[in-house]
Amino acid sequence: MTETFTPPTRFAVPGRIEVGGRAASVWQTATISGIRRETPRATSFRLAVPGWAGHLPGQHLMLRLRAADGYTAQRHYSLASAPDDTGHIELTLDHVEGGEVSGWFHTVAEVGDRVEVRGPLSGFFAWPGDRPALLLGAGSGVVPLMSMVRHHRARALAAPLRLLVSARSPRELIYAREYGAETTPVFTRSAPPGVPIGRLTAAHVAPVVADAPDGGWEAYVCGSNAFAEHAARLLVGAGQPVDRIRIERFG
Amino acid sequence: MNVTRGFTGRARPQGASGASGPVLPPGQYDARDDWPVLSAEVTPMLTAEEWTFRIDGLVTRPRTWDWAQAQELPGSVYEGAVHCVTGWSKFGMRFSGVPLDVFLAEVRPDPSATHAVAYSHTGYTANLPLADLTGGRAWIAFTQDGRPLAPEHGGPARLLVPHLYFWKSAKWIAGLQLLDHDQPGFWERNGYHARGNPWEEQRYSGD
Repeated sequence: MTETFTPPTRFAVPGRIEVGGRAASVWQTATISGIRRETPRATSFRLAVPGWAGHLPGQHLMLRLRAADGYTAQRHYSLASAPDDTGHIELTLDHVEGGEVSGWFHTVAEVGDRVEVRGPLSGFFAWPGDRPALLLGAGSGVVPLMSMVRHHRARALAAPLRLLVSARSPRELIYAREYGAETTPVFTRSAPPGVPIGRLTAAHVAPVVADAPDGGWEAYVCGSNAFAEHAARLLVGAGQPVDRIRIERFG
Repeated sequence: MNVTRGFTGRARPQGASGASGPVLPPGQYDARDDWPVLSAEVTPMLTAEEWTFRIDGLVTRPRTWDWAQAQELPGSVYEGAVHCVTGWSKFGMRFSGVPLDVFLAEVRPDPSATHAVAYSHTGYTANLPLADLTGGRAWIAFTQDGRPLAPEHGGPARLLVPHLYFWKSAKWIAGLQLLDHDQPGFWERNGYHARGNPWEEQRYSGD
């Protein structure tokens, strides 16, 4: 019996890329080469990784810190930078209250410090830049989506791309200065004059889904579980096919 | 391997002799009160009345159970930890359900069956060696901490294989297909390890 079993159900959204295990299984030294404050709570860290195998927007890596007694702590972080050949990658980290790893980055890390990374990892949330992409993110959930926006811009890709990004306030909107016409920000606590305050609604999502380009949108959702559930319901309610929705939840 | 300048880390949950508290698999941290949700697909609206569970493939008597039939089977409880490949472990979980051994005894696996693909009502899949699904180490779980599983945690019923990383414990479980070979499931095709044993830190293919 060698035929492939296919479940009698619908989802099974295929991964967007073939993933090789070799690059992902090796820990490499990464040297902090730049630190840039994005918002009061989020900071971007540029890392020099000479052996970086390259990545696609939407992929993540595993990052490890080691104490003098050999104790290690590791976390997964999305890549914020677009793929390029500079030998550098960027992460944007929220300062999590009591966060073991993010706390080190926000209170101790300096240019020149070394950490370890392995990756890029996973092909499910990757966007190679081929299909039209509708991106919905909240808070630091915008990080892997920004890699897609930057990639789209750097390569002047023809595939349509739209970003709906939710933040508590303009001050807390990560990458605020980088957005262009592709982006609609939504503010939940305070907003600039004339901009309504409130969470993402069908009024934001439905017109974009209804205006899908040929072939339809590939939807990418990233944020807290509460945001992911909310955004996915809005997408489904607007008619976006369930098997064209990819979700990455914090956790 | 470099020591990270200025990094001390949390109080050590493991290692020192005489330390109390549960043991974490390598590279994991204690999620404490959190129970993160990490499904990659839209949470389905699936009621208990709509739920079914089927075992098919290399078995003598393929069968489908509905909710009422599954509830009548002899149940048992798993008390302990679960371990997510993203890094968190959660201790003190208390799942109740029906051991897979009970279902498998009814369908009678063929001696040639070595692996299974577990599939969800969403179409999510995960592959497992049959040996990881037998011997009282796997369940179809209906409740956690005495309450029905929430939809986002796989309710009304999920596979529970707590000795492997939690992505193997397919939410909204719809069935098992028994095979004579290993066939990568959803995450396994996306770069994750074929077996996923947390104690050997089998996170990604190549680990």
